[in-house]
Amino acid sequence: MISIKTENFHKRGDMMKIKKRSIALIFYFVLLMLPIYWMLNMSLRTNADILTTFSLYPEDITFANYIKIFTDSSWYSGYINSIIYVSMNTIISLLTALPAAYAFSRYRFVGDSQMFFWLLTNRMAPAAVFLLPFFQLYSTFGLIDTHIAVALAHCLFNVPLAVWILEGFMSGIPREIDETAYIDGYSFAGFFITVFMPLIRAGVGVTAFFCFMFSWVELLFARTLTTTVAKPIAATMTRTVSATGLDWGLLSAAGILTIVPGALVIWFVRNHMAKGFAMGRV
Amino acid sequence: MNKWEDNRAWFLVLPVFLVVAFSAILPLMTVVNYSIQDIFGPGERVFVGLEWFREVLADVRLHEALMRQFLFSALVLLIEIPLGIGIALLMPKKGWGASLSLVLMALPLLIPWNVIGTIWIVFTRPDIGLLGSLINGMGIPFDHTASPIQAWITLMLMEVWHWTPLVVLLAYAGLRAIPEAYFQAAKIDGASAWAVFRYIQLPKMRGVLTIAILLRFMDSFLIYAEPFVLTGGGPGNTTTFLSIYLVKIAVGQFDLGPAAAFSLIYFLIVLLLSWLFYQVLQNVGRGEA
Repeated sequence: MISIKTENFHKRGDMMKIKKRSIALIFYFVLLMLPIYWMLNMSLRTNADILTTFSLYPEDITFANYIKIFTDSSWYSGYINSIIYVSMNTIISLLTALPAAYAFSRYRFVGDSQMFFWLLTNRMAPAAVFLLPFFQLYSTFGLIDTHIAVALAHCLFNVPLAVWILEGFMSGIPREIDETAYIDGYSFAGFFITVFMPLIRAGVGVTAFFCFMFSWVELLFARTLTTTVAKPIAATMTRTVSATGLDWGLLSAAGILTIVPGALVIWFVRNHMAKGFAMGRV
Repeated sequence: MNKWEDNRAWFLVLPVFLVVAFSAILPLMTVVNYSIQDIFGPGERVFVGLEWFREVLADVRLHEALMRQFLFSALVLLIEIPLGIGIALLMPKKGWGASLSLVLMALPLLIPWNVIGTIWIVFTRPDIGLLGSLINGMGIPFDHTASPIQAWITLMLMEVWHWTPLVVLLAYAGLRAIPEAYFQAAKIDGASAWAVFRYIQLPKMRGVLTIAILLRFMDSFLIYAEPFVLTGGGPGNTTTFLSIYLVKIAVGQFDLGPAAAFSLIYFLIVLLLSWLFYQVLQNVGRGEA
């Protein structure tokens, strides 16, 4: 009897612990969502309403802000431009980083650790003064106001990160797999695409998310290298400042819409976030 | 793991090198060029040697901005890294709860940085913002545009809100990669929750935490858009961080030479500190993992 009782007691103790943990977690998520909720709240109200009354929820819901964004080409083209250069950047980063990460995880070669750290140093320079020479460099190649210009510029900070993350995932795969495949007569390219890539799918997904995210939120390079044709959404949003002040409603609606593409990306890679990562260099 | 020794591996690194070098090398050389010349206009420039470096190093306002920057980055790391690890430990391991947590966690990271600042302006306004009116409602007069302390608290809140999810995502990924066998062994040994954390989870997270600490250090030390939009460096100069001061010199006063010298010194500080972090994190607890 006593032993059963204590067992029950233990179970109840565990339940209490789990409950405490979920309460703490839910509390954190509520705090995390508050500013985003406030943005959503404002996006469904008119600017005059936002500025005059404090309201916890939109009393007269209006979709006018969203309709404006979806019908005015100067607005929605910002999203299209951002999605184009962010996708280009993600693809370039992954394609170049995959072989490099393989090299770092499998081989020792002259200057490997120096090269690895040099790549990282490209995330460490303050952007402000570099913007002018960047502009000059890209105009020399006639790339100003093209999507590829922004995509290439963002490689500066995304490629090193992609190499870093992928290298971790790859180092988690035993080298015997490579050896067996080479003995079985696979060429390097054949092995990499048909054997190795499926094994590190998870790492590719996670890397894609991080590249997407950092390119999506960057503003300084994107704004400097574009004028109209490839203007990103974040730059379009600074335009809501006018003589009468900010149009908070419109800005909030645009802000809510900037979250959507990235949320879709993480939805696709969510199950892979878990694996890999912890092994390897670093 | 012993690696193969083969210099042909360079061919695999070449694409990365080319794509990064294209954007990295020429602009860096140009900035070095600016930093040793006095530029009056196109074609009119005079070599001044280390003049700008001397001027910048003697600038008292830069020293103040540097101190603020150190304080800011230190606070960011001290708050976000433990908090991020804690939240990652609380998150469900599988099922719909895990999916939902991951997606919600990523949302603040996906908002462009200038928009983050703008949203927080409204969010903290005492008349129409949720946080501002909440604090006011508790009887504390809140106005981050007048009080330096409140400006700092607001900035830290925004920063912790914005970036802790990055630490959580990385730490969570690291935790999930630990084989279940470790925990079963710990259970058989009757290890406490703290012992499991200290001797299994923490050492196993060394890799992801290195990434998290370095990324958070670099990005917080270089922070520009969010505080610039939210406080504009004020009240006074109390939230003027290095980047904000740099832009003031480069764009506001259009002193390209000193601004370039400033950038290089700035870059070297970040480089040196990142290298130190990297070395320390590579060696700490090597034997445990």
